[in-house]
Order: sequence, then C-alpha cells, then structure tokens
Amino acid sequence: MKGKTAIIGRGDGVLAFKAGGVDAYVCDDEPKARATLKKIAPSYSVIFLTDDLAEGLDDLINRMNESAYPIIVPVPGENGSTGYAKTKMKEQMERALGVDILFQREER
Amino acid sequence: MTRLNVNPTRMELKKLKSRLATAVRGHKLLKDKSDEMIRRFSMLIKENKRLRDEVESELSDGLKQFAFATALSSKSEMEKAFSMPRKHVDADFGIKNIMSVEVPSITVTESGDGEMPYAYAELTSEADYSVKKISKVIDKLMLLAEVEKTVAMLAIEIERNKRRVNALEYVLIPQLGETISYIKSKLDENERAATTRLMKVKGMIEERKAQ
Repeated sequence: MKGKTAIIGRGDGVLAFKAGGVDAYVCDDEPKARATLKKIAPSYSVIFLTDDLAEGLDDLINRMNESAYPIIVPVPGENGSTGYAKTKMKEQMERALGVDILFQREER
Repeated sequence: MTRLNVNPTRMELKKLKSRLATAVRGHKLLKDKSDEMIRRFSMLIKENKRLRDEVESELSDGLKQFAFATALSSKSEMEKAFSMPRKHVDADFGIKNIMSVEVPSITVTESGDGEMPYAYAELTSEADYSVKKISKVIDKLMLLAEVEKTVAMLAIEIERNKRRVNALEYVLIPQLGETISYIKSKLDENERAATTRLMKVKGMIEERKAQ
C-alpha cells in the first residue's frame, strides 16, 4: 500500500522536511493544528507533529492509537525537544509492564 | 464471592463444569498471550528509546542548522525555494500481525538521492547541508514511526488483555467453582434426604407388619 507523509509544525522548520519529500502544513497555534490534523488524518499514513503542538493534541493522538494508520510521530521542533515523546514512552511502559525499565536509572 | 443464580440440578452441574473447563483453558491461553506480548513489548521499547534518542539529536542539530542557514533569507524567498519539492518519500505501508494486534509495517523503498528542490544560488550552502541531513533522518523517522506505533498499540492491548485475565482469574473462575460446589452439596443433601426417607418408610412398614 502506498501512503503519503506529512508534517505539521510551527514556523519555517517544516520547510526542511518539505525538501525531503514530506508535505508540510504550517500551523502556528494549537486550535489550527488540531483542525489540520483532523482534516488530513484520513489521507496520510504518517504524520509528523512537532513536540510543542503534540502536547496540546494528546487526546487526539491517543485516539489514533486504536488503528494501525495514521501514525502520529512527535518530532522535535526548531527549539529542540520538549520531552513529550519520552513522557509518552514512560506512560506506555507503566501501563503495560507496571514498572519503568528504561528511565529510572538515568534519574538517579 | 457470589454464586451464580441457577437451579441445583444435574443438568446445570454438567453445563457449569464444561464452562469451568473452558474458562480455565482460556485463562491459561490469555496468560501465555500476555507473557509473550510483554516480552515483545520490552524488546520493542528499548529499540524505541534508542531510535528516539538518535533521531531527536540528529533532527535537533539539523533543524538548528537550518534555522541559522535560512535566517538571512526573507520569508518569500524561502517559500519560493521550497515550493516545489523534487522528491517524495517512497515507502510501502503494510500491516503486520503481532499476537493478533494489527500493527503497521513500513518499508522505505526509495531513499533520497540528495537532490535539492531549489537552485544552489537561491539559498546558502549551509541550507543545503541541513536539508540533506534532515532528508537522511526521514528514513530513520519512518522506522521510528513503525516501532513507536507498535509499542503504543501493544501497550493498549497488554492492558486490555490483563483485564481479561484478571476477570477470569478473580471473578468468573471462583464464581463457577463456588456454584459447582453448591450444586454438588445440594444434590448430596437431596440424596441423603431420599435415603433417610426410604429407611424411615421401610421402618414404618415393618412396624405395621409386626403388629
């Protein structure tokens, strides 16, 4: 199956992805990003979403985890990572295993 | 624990016994499934973390470089330069089955050949480097997308499965066991009652004969 990829992000950083062959959607605030994500979700297989926007759209991302596609991938934005993806990983680990097997060593 | 509301008959006893056998077998199967899913999950989440760390550092570097490189150009110039992308991310998006969870499986069929969407004169050379760097990261990002989604879906399924296992182990199986022993004791009691009644009747008949 062929699919398309897209990125939703703030500012000019997304243009670099556009050069790499990913459709870019520039959204400067959360409501706009939410609307865009809802609109484009059915037609793309992989959607990259910058960390700062992903934090506000957590509920929508969780809902999309029910089926295999679309895949929403949080990526660091221009200002670097906010740690959203790590928090998600930790959350999933605690949900599935009950313990944190990756990060607890780093915190000490 | 509450027992089920059924009539204490042999028919019901038989039905319940077969239900108990199914429940015990189902419980064992689900528990095995859960073990295997957890094994896969812990493998995948390590992979996920490794990829995530790699991608995040590479991408942050690339984006920073890109921001510096394009700071000198005006917005309209930038938009012009990137308005017509030369390549597409070519990948096959399939579906894989892990313990009956349908997870995505992505194979990148064509990685970028490093062609720029703009003429070299349009933007600075740092922009070229950063764009190339980011294009390279995109392949890795696709792999990350697959792993991360698989982990997320497995986490949900493991939790769901755990609930099923617990419902069987702590609710259904004890309930069935209790109901079965209740029916058994009720039937035994009926039998004893019947025996004593017969003995009593026999005694009465013999007493009458002796008179």
